[in-house]
Amino acid sequence: MPSPEIDSAKTVPAKLVLEHVSKWFQTSSLKVHALDDVTLHIAEGEFVCLVGPSGCGKSTLLNIIAGLERPDHGVVQADGKTIVGPGPRRLMMFQEAALFPWLTVLGNVLFGLKLSTGLSAAERREKAEYFLELVGLKKFMHSNVHELSGGMKQRVALARALAPTPTVLLMDEPFGALDALTREQLYGDIQRIWSQHRKTIVFVTHNVREAVCLGDRVILFSPNPGRIREKFVIPLPRSRDINSVDLARYSTEITRVLKGYVQTEVAG
Amino acid sequence: MIARWLAASLFFVLLVVAWYLAVEAHIWSPLLLPSPLSVFGYLQSAAEDGTLLEATWVTVQRLLIGYGLGILAGLPLGLLTASSRWCQDTIGVLALGLQTLPSVCWVPLALLWFGQTEASLLFVVVMGTLWSLIIATDNGVRTIPPIYTRAARSMGSTGLHTWTHVVLPAALPLLLSGMKQGWAFAWRSLMAAEIFVTILTGFGLGHLLHYGRELNAMDQVIGVMLIIVIIGLAVDKTLFAPIERFLHRRWGTARQ
Repeated sequence: MPSPEIDSAKTVPAKLVLEHVSKWFQTSSLKVHALDDVTLHIAEGEFVCLVGPSGCGKSTLLNIIAGLERPDHGVVQADGKTIVGPGPRRLMMFQEAALFPWLTVLGNVLFGLKLSTGLSAAERREKAEYFLELVGLKKFMHSNVHELSGGMKQRVALARALAPTPTVLLMDEPFGALDALTREQLYGDIQRIWSQHRKTIVFVTHNVREAVCLGDRVILFSPNPGRIREKFVIPLPRSRDINSVDLARYSTEITRVLKGYVQTEVAG
Repeated sequence: MIARWLAASLFFVLLVVAWYLAVEAHIWSPLLLPSPLSVFGYLQSAAEDGTLLEATWVTVQRLLIGYGLGILAGLPLGLLTASSRWCQDTIGVLALGLQTLPSVCWVPLALLWFGQTEASLLFVVVMGTLWSLIIATDNGVRTIPPIYTRAARSMGSTGLHTWTHVVLPAALPLLLSGMKQGWAFAWRSLMAAEIFVTILTGFGLGHLLHYGRELNAMDQVIGVMLIIVIIGLAVDKTLFAPIERFLHRRWGTARQ
């Protein structure tokens, strides 16, 4: 059974520190309390999954870590420094691949490289090809984006995010729009790449099984306002298969907790 | 491909034959409807004595300068109206209003301001191009999916880099159709201006058309109209079509 969190972030120095983070959004008619007093420490090289129903603020939290949005209250630090804006050390992957259709596959991977590093053109090219090879798409590097399938697009997006060698990878439901089979392949890929390159990964999803399959920890959020409800450590050995029975035990337990509070919210 | 060419050629040949038969039927006076042969005769003689080539060159030069100025001013202004609310409420509204004004309406103003000069003609062309180009650019930039700029920002792109490397290329398909429309507007404005503004610094196609009417030379009128149509077509096929083909290939948008 999932054990309550043994503060893993206390023993290893925290890569990402979020303390008492709150955020409101003003829409035309009402003020939405997106995040309420969120405190989370993420260790270097840790794979953390944020799970919760839509509207629980998990994507907002990811945007704040990326530096795309600022918290209204609280402290957000990476490597002990306050995050004030986006940076090539923390790269983001979106649900839609967000690849640029005016560039080829290679051009897309080079985009971030050109912005972040002092590499020569030849070195950039070499690096881009290396990461395309890593996601198994090197032979498609001169293809146009529209010629790729959804799963291939997300692989290119992954290569684009990995190429500038970020230390933190932020993934916002990156596999949400893909079919089950493609998703399962990508679970394998992402675990392999993570174990080879040891990035700190923060992964947002509403799929509990996916979170248990990928995460060292699963952070459960509840909506209105967005809060951390519970943190689970997943000590399963890697590489994990999403269809394994052990994994199912954890995801059943977490789903039970999730359903529990979703129902009380509805009843209340 | 060859079949399409054949079908198109056949269509135009049939069109000319129908024209010829209509003339042969003597329904209308040959003064009003000259035979295709006399029109081609006029074109041949005008080509031989150089008037046609010179007029075309004068007109195309004016068109390129006017259109170029229109783009040079319209693109940045469109970017401004798309990025600042203040500019949208001022320049944007102005452009929207003036875009509805037919370009020939600028002619009286141009004549009073600049007299019978080249400046007068250029002014009319720029006014005919500029406003629709501002609107098209503004529209192109506004309809870019926000995910592109977010993705670029997360990779560290800021300010000018985002504009030149993300916003402009992302808006390219709509920018191009705006530029095409601008081209059509520039062409129309210039013809209107040349017909109404008589100047001594250069004798353009519009003037040739105008004097054809004055001299009651119907073969000249129709001949010059044909040239105007052919130039319009040629520009579309040589200038815009290759860029469009590239866009369709890259973006994967369907062609035909």
